Amino acid sequence: MSASSDAACTSCASGCNTAHLERLGIEASTYDYVIALAGNPNVGKSTVFNRLTGLRQHTGNWPGKTVSRAEGGFRYGGKRYRIVDLPGTYSLLATSVDEEIARDFVLFGRPSVTLVVADATRLQRNLNLVLQILEITDRVVVCLNLLDEAARRGLHVDDRRLARDLGVPVVPTSARRGEGLDLLLETVHGVATGALRTAPPRRAFEPPALKPVVDELTARIEALFPDLPNARWVAFRLLDGDTRIREAVATGELGALAHADAADGPILLDVLDNAHA
Amino acid sequence: MPETALDDPRLDLLQRAEGLRRRTGGDFHERYVEQVYAEAARLADRAVASDGAAAFDLDRLIDRIVTHRFWGAPVMVALFTLVFWLTISGANAPSGMLAGLLVDTLHPALKAAALGVGFPEWLAGLLIDGMYLSTAWVVSVMLPPMAIFFPLFTLLEDFGYLPRVAFNLDHVFKRAGAHGKQSLSMMMGFGCNAAGVVAARIIDSPRERLIAIITNNFALCNGRWPTQILVATLFLGVLAPAPLAGMISAVAVVGVAGLGVLLTFVVSWGLSRTALQGEVSTFSLELPPYRPPRFWQAIYTSLIDRTLFVLRRAIVFAMPAGAVIWLVSNVDVGGLPIAEHVIGAFDPFGLFIGLNGVILLAYVIAIPANEIVIPTVLMLTVLTAGAPELGAGAGVMFEPGAQSAYLEVFRMGGWTTLTAVNLMLFSLLHNPCSTTIYTIYKETGSLKWTLVAALLPLGMGFGLTFFVAQVWRLLAG
Repeated sequence: MSASSDAACTSCASGCNTAHLERLGIEASTYDYVIALAGNPNVGKSTVFNRLTGLRQHTGNWPGKTVSRAEGGFRYGGKRYRIVDLPGTYSLLATSVDEEIARDFVLFGRPSVTLVVADATRLQRNLNLVLQILEITDRVVVCLNLLDEAARRGLHVDDRRLARDLGVPVVPTSARRGEGLDLLLETVHGVATGALRTAPPRRAFEPPALKPVVDELTARIEALFPDLPNARWVAFRLLDGDTRIREAVATGELGALAHADAADGPILLDVLDNAHA
Repeated sequence: MPETALDDPRLDLLQRAEGLRRRTGGDFHERYVEQVYAEAARLADRAVASDGAAAFDLDRLIDRIVTHRFWGAPVMVALFTLVFWLTISGANAPSGMLAGLLVDTLHPALKAAALGVGFPEWLAGLLIDGMYLSTAWVVSVMLPPMAIFFPLFTLLEDFGYLPRVAFNLDHVFKRAGAHGKQSLSMMMGFGCNAAGVVAARIIDSPRERLIAIITNNFALCNGRWPTQILVATLFLGVLAPAPLAGMISAVAVVGVAGLGVLLTFVVSWGLSRTALQGEVSTFSLELPPYRPPRFWQAIYTSLIDRTLFVLRRAIVFAMPAGAVIWLVSNVDVGGLPIAEHVIGAFDPFGLFIGLNGVILLAYVIAIPANEIVIPTVLMLTVLTAGAPELGAGAGVMFEPGAQSAYLEVFRMGGWTTLTAVNLMLFSLLHNPCSTTIYTIYKETGSLKWTLVAALLPLGMGFGLTFFVAQVWRLLAG
């Protein structure tokens, strides 16, 4: 790409072909945008994280190796990004500490973009998580990883059709080899800055018989918190007896989320620490 | 309109939600999940095309063997024996070369230089004979095995074998009343117990996490292999014909490591039935696809992240320990060095349990790092056996050129095969190193459980060595 990229790229250990990317390691005290890195266990989240930040967080071919959250930073397109590697989870129903940490950050951490790394060889199971994240936030980019492995197994994933169906960008990558990361960065940057608009269709996961109940509750929530982007999901969680969401309603914390935009105010990065406390 | 006069609309909303929740019944959660899954299946179906050629699934074939009900365990033992054998037989030559350079050549040069620039004898002794030599010893004895073992381990990990080990051990852990994920924190413990204790964070339930933390010390850590390997080679390898010696030593080391795994189960079982009773949580363990390891990257990261990390830690602890060893051997009280007094006091109990006072004192001095036990034992043995011509002077850790020299030193200290076997057992079963103890305290925040984790293995070590010594003496007549 451009010659200036070489100058910006001082810390690349190997194969630095990613234009305009400056890896900041853990030096990301000030930042313009926050990216939450979510995904099932063992899909290459840590590899993507390391590629973007230049850090060497331990990666290994087994689930659960990311014991604590990792944070790092990079600069791209003149903006500073902080990226938070969340524990790998299969869902966001908060049935385990891992799921609760991931869910709380996607919801209360108000990331500018939630980057969901999905395993192309196990797309259906990975989409479960993508769909649940889309219930919470529109600002999602799907990183369709392990495409090399999928090809080896004779699987061909139509990323364009998937992107159309999901209503969010889907970027094919092979993070282990560093393939597709240019486009991934460009896409994340686009969604973070607002240049790329995502438009996931509203889905209704309630059984038809429950529609009136969910509708009523959603209407009440919307009346109380007018700008909330995910009132229907909140209604689901209340019907499921989610204590953390109940608390957020009772304290009005949910209302604060409605008015927040990525651009205004500091982003609540300590949300994860609170979850541990 | 609300029937009750609630002035807070938020509480009103919550109350209404609770009312609706009770009406919708308890299966809301399941039905929601079903809907999500159905939609995910629909989308995946639209997006994925298979060329149908993938009839032969290599992953499944490998899994059928390595997670087989009968073959899984033997394959696991064989793989780890192979890894240890490669480590033991491959580390000898580079260890000897490093020792030749750092100990035989550099040490006398440094000592002469220090005295040459006018250092007093005691200062040169403390710095060069104490601190430098212990550090040099640790580097030459630890670096080669780690530089072989960690890359091999990382390749296995990269390939995807570790989750299969966890899968094989999962049901045993469950039967022991512990969490299946404990198999993963135990695997980390084989590298470093402090790392294994931190890795226990992946276990959600506090009860099961405590069990994993307390029993992690039974996973034979990297710092203890040099002891196991050396003692097995000297005392057990020689019992077999020369071509088999390396393999016999490897089997003995795997045997001790296997005993550690067995004790992990036994102690977990005991804890979950007494002090830490409760339900066993279930979890889903996914067997990830096998991936061809990225060879050079595995070598690079294992050298940087593991080998050098552990080595740095060992060096940091070896230096002050070297100073302590030099001091206790050179500071006299009542005409005898401090070490002699302590060894004399420890000897009766040590010999009673088939060890000796030297070994016990070495374990006290070596609390910061298991890595320095053997050098400490050697130095103290020479001191008390009164044969300084074999070593390099009081308080000087040394690395005898040939293995037979070790044997001579040990025999002089009154060692028998029983001492060797019990040293291997005690090396497995004693208090964790001070780093691990501190990590346990940080992770549990409890002085009580830290003490349990430190004293339980020590008590078991005394018990087992006593038992072995009694049986041994009975059989030996």
